[in-house]
Amino acid sequence: MVAPTTPAEIGGIGHSVQRKEDARLIEGQGNFLDDIDLPNTLHMAILRSPLAHARINGIDSEAAMALDGVLAVVTGDLMDQHGLAWMPTLSGDTQAVLATDKVRYQGQEVAAVIATDPYIATDALELIEVDYEELPPITTPQQSLEEGAALIRDEKEGQTDNLAYTWETGDQGATEEAFAQADRVVTLETHYPRSHPAPLETCGIVADVNSVTGQATIYMTSQAPHAHRTLFAMVAGLPEQNIRIVSPDIGGGFGNKVPIYPGYVVATAASLLIGQPVKWVESRTENLISTGFARDYYMKGELAVTDEGRILGLRVDMLSDQGAFYSDAQPTQFRAGLFHVVTGSYDFGAAHINCKGAFTNKAPGGVAYRCSFRITEASYLIERLVQTAAYEVGIDPAEMRLRNFIQPEQFPYETATGFVYDSGDYPTALRTAMDEVGYEDLRREQAEARAEGRLIGIGIAHFTEAVGAGPSRTYDIAGLKMIDSAELRVHPTGKAILKLGVKTQGQGHETTFAQIVAEVLGIPANDIKVEHGDTDHTPYGLGTYASRSTPVGGAATAVVARKLADKSKKIAAHLLEAADEDIELASGVFSVAGSPDRSVTIQDVALAAYTNLPEGMEYGLEDVTYYDPPNLTYPYGSYIVVVEVDPDTGVWQVQRMVALDDCGVRINPMIVEGQICGGLTEGFAMSAMQWITFDEDGNCIGANFMDYLVPTAWETPKFELLATEVPSPHHPIGAKGVGESATVGSPAAFVNAVIDAVAHLGVRNIDMPVLPDRVWAAIDEAS
Amino acid sequence: MFPSRFDLVVAQTVAEAVEAKVDAGEGGRFLAGGQSLIPMMKMRVAFPETLIDINRIAGLDAIERSNGHLQVGALVRHADVVASDATFGAVAAAAPWVADPLVRNRGTMCGSVAHCDPEGDWNSVLLATGAEVIAQGPSGERSISIADFVDGAFTSTLGEDELVVGLRIPVPSGRSGGAYLKLERKIGDYATVAVASHLELDDSGAIAAAGLALTSVNPINTKVADAEALLVGQQPSEELFAEAAELAAAAAEPRDDVRGTAAWKRQVVRTYTKRGLAAAAQQAEGS
Repeated sequence: MVAPTTPAEIGGIGHSVQRKEDARLIEGQGNFLDDIDLPNTLHMAILRSPLAHARINGIDSEAAMALDGVLAVVTGDLMDQHGLAWMPTLSGDTQAVLATDKVRYQGQEVAAVIATDPYIATDALELIEVDYEELPPITTPQQSLEEGAALIRDEKEGQTDNLAYTWETGDQGATEEAFAQADRVVTLETHYPRSHPAPLETCGIVADVNSVTGQATIYMTSQAPHAHRTLFAMVAGLPEQNIRIVSPDIGGGFGNKVPIYPGYVVATAASLLIGQPVKWVESRTENLISTGFARDYYMKGELAVTDEGRILGLRVDMLSDQGAFYSDAQPTQFRAGLFHVVTGSYDFGAAHINCKGAFTNKAPGGVAYRCSFRITEASYLIERLVQTAAYEVGIDPAEMRLRNFIQPEQFPYETATGFVYDSGDYPTALRTAMDEVGYEDLRREQAEARAEGRLIGIGIAHFTEAVGAGPSRTYDIAGLKMIDSAELRVHPTGKAILKLGVKTQGQGHETTFAQIVAEVLGIPANDIKVEHGDTDHTPYGLGTYASRSTPVGGAATAVVARKLADKSKKIAAHLLEAADEDIELASGVFSVAGSPDRSVTIQDVALAAYTNLPEGMEYGLEDVTYYDPPNLTYPYGSYIVVVEVDPDTGVWQVQRMVALDDCGVRINPMIVEGQICGGLTEGFAMSAMQWITFDEDGNCIGANFMDYLVPTAWETPKFELLATEVPSPHHPIGAKGVGESATVGSPAAFVNAVIDAVAHLGVRNIDMPVLPDRVWAAIDEAS
Repeated sequence: MFPSRFDLVVAQTVAEAVEAKVDAGEGGRFLAGGQSLIPMMKMRVAFPETLIDINRIAGLDAIERSNGHLQVGALVRHADVVASDATFGAVAAAAPWVADPLVRNRGTMCGSVAHCDPEGDWNSVLLATGAEVIAQGPSGERSISIADFVDGAFTSTLGEDELVVGLRIPVPSGRSGGAYLKLERKIGDYATVAVASHLELDDSGAIAAAGLALTSVNPINTKVADAEALLVGQQPSEELFAEAAELAAAAAEPRDDVRGTAAWKRQVVRTYTKRGLAAAAQQAEGS
């Protein structure tokens, strides 16, 4: 690890500065959506479909309207009168705001009650009568694409089947050639099940539309307030200058707070029509059954390998379950997100990837869960596939990876699907993790245990991520280029305010982004206030998801700080009566080259910026930068998990979990480690217990925390963290983004460990979550 | 999540609580820890018209040994059971497995027993140890054996006007041991499968009394009477416990669900019965 260049009191890059946001959150002084309490606020509750697929023949809301305290019952017909019954999705599809014709999944929004308090609003829901005519529910994408399957999207012009999209990438001819040369083809078919990010705080809105001025102040749990403002303007036709989105403290997002949900649109419309603020906060069940889920990919991967364990090519067929609407958020060019990063950390020349998505009678989404646009699924597939290949070829899974890694001298490395990996040293990462866990000894212990009838497994995952979308030439969401911004203003006393286009949901931006400025200008991080989330008061940006804050917004911050450093040097030269080019800046001190005793501080310079300038210079010390990254960044890691499986019950326990991450330069190592621990916990959750599943009628199983399992400290294994630090060559401070690495990389490590414990019996796959009954059945079947 | 409208009566004595229940009739529900009732109300699965809060009633919070029994009052929280040194065997073993620390701090043992959730832990322990439920109604107190008390999933033989005021669990006089092995998906989850075991040994080391009951694998908590009968009079052994485990597995009628397949759950019953009885025997032999 690189030592910090600034002293602790400045707290630049590399210091584990305590999180500035923690004090207010821990002491109950945070301000979350539900804390916002405007005068005359009305409360909204949403009636949701109990059925997965049904025609609506009528809605009788008379009794609900008659309930004391109810102001309005909003139905799809009413929304339709204002042209708002449907809305566009971030993937170019349309989605029902309130159902007019059919309900297409259990939990879909059918009507909304606006009342004087939330109890009355909820009471009124029970008085609304909906006449449903049941239709056959479709709960899997395989069913959905069968000949004669009921058409889910019958309202969509030109839609004659349940296919949501198709997408193909790579080189089919070259891949066929590679497979022709292979000694063997290793196949793995696996399902990455549907899960849900389940942030601690559910989604919500307080819409406050002033009936006189038309000014809409919208408090919203939004990971992307600026993009949401633009989309609100486009969808609702409100003038953009009249829309102010305020995203307050957010209790976790993980992608769940990227989409615009129907409830936001209805609450805003209701406020507009009634002229009072309207508040809507989801219940836990609403959040779990209707908002952005994650994954649900059925994947078949084939690896062309030689008998020496060299990978020659990869072929992937993927079928995604999109739910009722195609409403992922992803770069427009990539229909299955960045799934084509599926070539992983390995050097081979050919890959071909065929993707298609199907509509089903399940909640839409797919955007979420701490995943840079489907990289989680891709990383899981390649890491499971390489492990499978190792067993089939008969070499150790670690050795299999070492034989195929992209080597450090090959960077920048263009993959078979067109990513240009910027940097990395994969062999060092894996070897370091292996040394830490004692890999060779573990293999011996595993053999000895096996002789006693005990099952020990060692699982590896070496993932490579592609994060920080992205370069404007390639990356946009719904046409909005994925740039981001930072505005920095240094006040006369040398204190600063930094305004960001990105928006923290727990990542610690108020601390780490101040540290970037501290590094460049030498203003103590504690003297820098970081503002974000209010579109009236921050510059434009696409928001925080896909691990893009540091790669894009962090880069913008470094660049804008450097702009101010350049101006500051000129001011310092003026104060020191030296030439501009002789001024050196280190830790907030400007000195003259060769005479270090002649110096001024950044605080002196800040005051001079408003009081004492060189001839012809403009007053002030502030600037703004919009950063268009030249490339994505490519963090990676080597994870090793050791498990013991109880052969009698299939219950497995993690014995060790060693996680090495390389995310380039670490701005705040403590916060990075916190991010990694959180991500590893989520990866463990998905591998062990966490999924949203449905019965054959399309009823969601996992609609509350009794059935949707979020691990506690008790279940979560202890993590042993390691780091290497290969800086990103194109990022201004060499950072790569880390928020999602551990969620992306770890599921394969946990699953590979369980498979490794039973691989000698011939077991090659157990789908996630790796529930004990599945393990027991796999052992039973194999023996 | 917002419950529907209800009235609240705060009772100061058992008599007041019973009277309030008589007044409220079918729409009345007693509130002790509220760890099942309140979530059901929030999810609008339960709609009581009247809640009768018994938390202020004095004298119901004791857990103590008396006349050869462990007596547990209606306001004894699960956490009190965990902390108590009056407990023994399977009772002590099960207490830390009930729900999670937050629920244990509020939820009561008697409330859980009265709720008769087949996935609840305590009724299996009470079946294995042969406990009695003490109920009080307008015409006085009566005692009901746990086997008679549990009537079905979420139903008991408690009268509509009766309040569970306590439990009486016989404390073995000789050497004894117990276990509660629970497989749960995470802390706070209901049992996927759990097995309560209770063994008492005579002077020769043979099994003098045996209790075995299963959680979550039948429509109600289930006493495995044929396994208990098999065990009594025998010397503890691995083979004996394996035989008992087969009877337990046969007594289980689990279903395929999101927690796992029926075949696997039966296998867990088998495994946990063997392990539970072995742990109980070991504890008894060491006592």
